[in-house]
Amino acid sequence: MFRQAIEVLGDFGLMLYRALAAIHESLVGGRGSRIGRANLWWQMNRVGISSIPIVCLVLFCIGAILELQMAKPLANFGVVPLTADIVSLATFRELGPLVSAVVLTGFGGAAIAAELGTMVVGEEIEALEAQAIDPIRFLVVPRVLATIIMLVCLTVLGDLVAVFGGMTVGFFWLGIGVRQYLAHSREMLHVQDFVTGLIKAGVFGLLISSIACFMGLRVKGGAEGVGLATSRTVVYTIVALILVDLLFTSAFFYLGF
Amino acid sequence: MDDPVIAIKNITKRFGDRVIFDRLSLDIYPGQTLVIMGGSGSGKSTLLRAMMGQVPLDGGEIIAGGRSIGSMTEPQLMDWRKSVGFLFQSGALFNSMTVADNLALTMREHSDLAESTIQIMVKIYLQMVGLRQHLNKMPAELSGGMKKRAGLARALMMQPQIFFYDEPTAGLDPVSSAQIDTLISDLHRKLRFTSVVVTHEIKSAFRVADRMALLHNGKFVVVGAPDEFRSSKDPLIRQFIDGLSVGPLSDPRGHEDYEKDILQLG
Repeated sequence: MFRQAIEVLGDFGLMLYRALAAIHESLVGGRGSRIGRANLWWQMNRVGISSIPIVCLVLFCIGAILELQMAKPLANFGVVPLTADIVSLATFRELGPLVSAVVLTGFGGAAIAAELGTMVVGEEIEALEAQAIDPIRFLVVPRVLATIIMLVCLTVLGDLVAVFGGMTVGFFWLGIGVRQYLAHSREMLHVQDFVTGLIKAGVFGLLISSIACFMGLRVKGGAEGVGLATSRTVVYTIVALILVDLLFTSAFFYLGF
Repeated sequence: MDDPVIAIKNITKRFGDRVIFDRLSLDIYPGQTLVIMGGSGSGKSTLLRAMMGQVPLDGGEIIAGGRSIGSMTEPQLMDWRKSVGFLFQSGALFNSMTVADNLALTMREHSDLAESTIQIMVKIYLQMVGLRQHLNKMPAELSGGMKKRAGLARALMMQPQIFFYDEPTAGLDPVSSAQIDTLISDLHRKLRFTSVVVTHEIKSAFRVADRMALLHNGKFVVVGAPDEFRSSKDPLIRQFIDGLSVGPLSDPRGHEDYEKDILQLG
């Protein structure tokens, strides 16, 4: 069991190394090593664009919920407008990247695992190899890059929408003016809050796409195997996201960011 | 006789307890169509994949172009694969691409040809397999036989010197099977490449073969010309060719311990 886990982690590390090497090669190499702009654009569209409405909806609600949850305890101290500080900080540093990543895991990660798994079952991966096309470069790299880029973009959008959600509740239910809310948010937020959130988003993007590709390419046993890989991708990715988030938050805390 | 294009030398392979190749050896000569026959699960397709460098061997070696496939570097392996056309059992077309894009992919990846030239080549190769009018269709819109023909055209795009066919007629009706066989024979005659066809369909095998080999229990039990196979009195060959249920190729029924097993006395 332990040995098997080490082997799986080793295989995962190897795939990640090959993907990063392929990205490097694509930047310096010629024909046969390119990723293809059209392919990357198509993946970005597929992974990211379809997730925009759901990320916006979920983060709007989370901003609103956080605003309401914080209102009562802060009202006891007569500082209700400070809810804006809490919502902004929590969103930019934590909830924006994490919630966007969880949504993208369900949307993009599961789709990637299912797609690659189906390709394994249909001998398409072997066909790529037989045509001297590296599946890591051709399939994994565009998906990894697209997920990283789109998750960073979605996080920026999600951050703003969550603050808007908090502001909407603050304005209509708690009587906090829009200018007052934005002033509190601006005062609380610093560049590093935004940057640490984006760094997390980039790492989460790498995690989601690489786990999805790894699980998809390891599919065995036909349609049943594809289903299993898809559900496992979602579970493993969410667990990995939380663990890596804890790691990064601890590191930023000790580094004083 | 010419030097072999591919030399299989004493290869061994196991999947768990199951022996797939047991010191298997065979030479494949240029311009020849070799048909490898054998029952389901006898290791025919695994042998093709081993010759593509997709299956690592436990022992022995396969020499291709003067080099052992197992010790080729990644670029050497890629060069070897570029020189081989491979027709998969299912056709293995990329489902997210049109037929035309399936064919164009290798040229876009491996050549500096202009897109307009690639499109012309796509039409020429689709015409060769009788699918030019279907170039904008998705693989899901094609029949089994058409998928295989499109897979064949795709493999031809890189102008290979050697061609591997994995069960080219499996699952097809007799007419489609005959069409694929005719296509294989025509291409072989016109383009003169070396072909290795893996099949258990006897009619197809005799239609295309210059030389035949029967794989059983990890070894080639018989290798010879089609006429030798036809006229052979060997019970093993006769059982395979005549499709007899009883004979040396049949799985032993395993009567020992049967009563104990049934009555759960063990």
